[in-house]
Amino acid sequence: MCWAAGLFVTLAAAAIVVFMAVKGLQYLQLGLLFQHPTAAVDQSKAGGFLDPIEGTIALTLLGTLIAAPIAIGTAVWLSEYGRPTGLARLVEAGVDVIAGVPSIVLAIFGLIVFSKALFSFLSISAQGVSSFGRSFLIAGITISLVALPLIVGSVREALQAIPSHVREASYALGKSQATTIRHVLLPSVRPGIATGIALGMGRIVGDTAIAIVLLGNTLENQPGTGIWPLDYLRGTGSTLTTYVYNNSPVGEGNAPQKAYAAAFVLLLVVLLLNYSVDRLARGSRQVTAWSR
Amino acid sequence: MESLNPPPPIRRIDPTRTPGPRPGAPAAPALATIPVLGGRAPGPARDRMRCERVTIAYGGKIAVNAVDLPVRQGEVLALIGPSGCGKTTLIRSLNRLTELTPTAARGGRITLDDQDIDELEVTHLRRRVSMVFQQPNPFPMSIYENIAYALREHGEKRRRRPRRAELEPRVIEALTRAGLIDEVGEDLDHPALRLSGGQQQRLCIARALAADPEVLLLDEPCSALDPRSTSVIEELIGRLKQEVAVVIVTHNLQQARRIADRVAFMYLGELVEYDAVERVFNAPRAQRTQDYVAGAFG
Repeated sequence: MCWAAGLFVTLAAAAIVVFMAVKGLQYLQLGLLFQHPTAAVDQSKAGGFLDPIEGTIALTLLGTLIAAPIAIGTAVWLSEYGRPTGLARLVEAGVDVIAGVPSIVLAIFGLIVFSKALFSFLSISAQGVSSFGRSFLIAGITISLVALPLIVGSVREALQAIPSHVREASYALGKSQATTIRHVLLPSVRPGIATGIALGMGRIVGDTAIAIVLLGNTLENQPGTGIWPLDYLRGTGSTLTTYVYNNSPVGEGNAPQKAYAAAFVLLLVVLLLNYSVDRLARGSRQVTAWSR
Repeated sequence: MESLNPPPPIRRIDPTRTPGPRPGAPAAPALATIPVLGGRAPGPARDRMRCERVTIAYGGKIAVNAVDLPVRQGEVLALIGPSGCGKTTLIRSLNRLTELTPTAARGGRITLDDQDIDELEVTHLRRRVSMVFQQPNPFPMSIYENIAYALREHGEKRRRRPRRAELEPRVIEALTRAGLIDEVGEDLDHPALRLSGGQQQRLCIARALAADPEVLLLDEPCSALDPRSTSVIEELIGRLKQEVAVVIVTHNLQQARRIADRVAFMYLGELVEYDAVERVFNAPRAQRTQDYVAGAFG
């Protein structure tokens, strides 16, 4: 009977991809990718989804850029130092908790924290006294938490796959632990880092809750104050996920054709990321060829 | 550590040794004057390193017990003995790699050119006393990068990163010394992990030799290799002992017999016998050594 379960999964996957491809291609016009959206009731005048595409790219880059260094640092510390043991357990638990928190909870938490006047510099604010609490920066910081555990996990696993005698070989050449990490271990786990980042990006691209709550959910990307790119990052906007949500029958826009087209583009982006994860993981298997 | 540490009177193992340089002298300036030994005959060589009552314990369990042992310039010293007798622990203590094991504690004194190795900066010590491991472990980079890494002095303040043109002659020299240059030829950018096992191990030897160490430690360097690669490496060790003092841990008695000048037989953490290779194999003093070299246990 297990083969039937497998077949069911395959059929489900095929149904999603085929349905979205048919519906998406039916409504997708090249122009939609390059037109700003406008709030028109007449769908032929409502424009495309250039801004959500930009928003997705900006938010993904921002989230990844914030998550990657912190996650790599955490993974290196856990794998290579991990002392005191109590602190290491605590950090591990922290990563697990972040991984387990639903993104809508992260979003609400982010909204509460970043609405404090203290953080008014991160978004549009009224005379610096209160904070709007919604911007690319704020959404980017919060959404980095979605990618963080995936990168930590992937880098840590890659580091632990390096046999200890490889580290010792570096120490035996008179290198310090810091030099060993920087010049031997991190280059060795590059495929692991890339895999983690691609996985994390996939999660960020697909996340809807944080983008709706913390990005302002405006139809167009509206810059805040300051010089470029700070104005853009302090401003609000939308992503492909929020665009799909808003234009679906449950959203305000209610333009399902556009939602289908945008959903198809989103699906392509995610499939591309998954494909690169697969390729990167395969690359890492070739590199770590040491015997233990 | 303190409990292991009462420095007892030092028992000299080899009374014929010539005196070393002045205490605290910088790294042997007079290398060229040291007689290079031809053939097997262990002549009056100079002690490069000395273990004096060295005791090493892992969390209270003693692995090496009060070992006195010289490591002499121009000779190959083989450490033999059954598994778990402390050979690897002893060899790892010579460049303080035992310190990487949190539970390890050491008593006694180890000197390099009459200077206590505990007084040396550990990174400097390890550049002078280099090590090759049981499993070939090139770094996942090019052949060139593997050796250039050993040559660069990381962590020195604001030092300019040397250019490839400066390092390449020394990389080629190291590959030549390790007898690998003919096989890799011009292709220094070849990924090191794509080499064969034997070539990888010789690359590791080249890497260990790159920074011109005074002592080369080899921890069962051939146990993961096929017989052909083993004989290439044994031949290489024979040539290298002219330039560096070599210490090799081996399980292979025939190998010890072929390449060593002096042999130290260890059993249950104790040094049972230390002598010239012919003595240990042909006329051992201790019964245990006799039994071991005859293959009665192992």
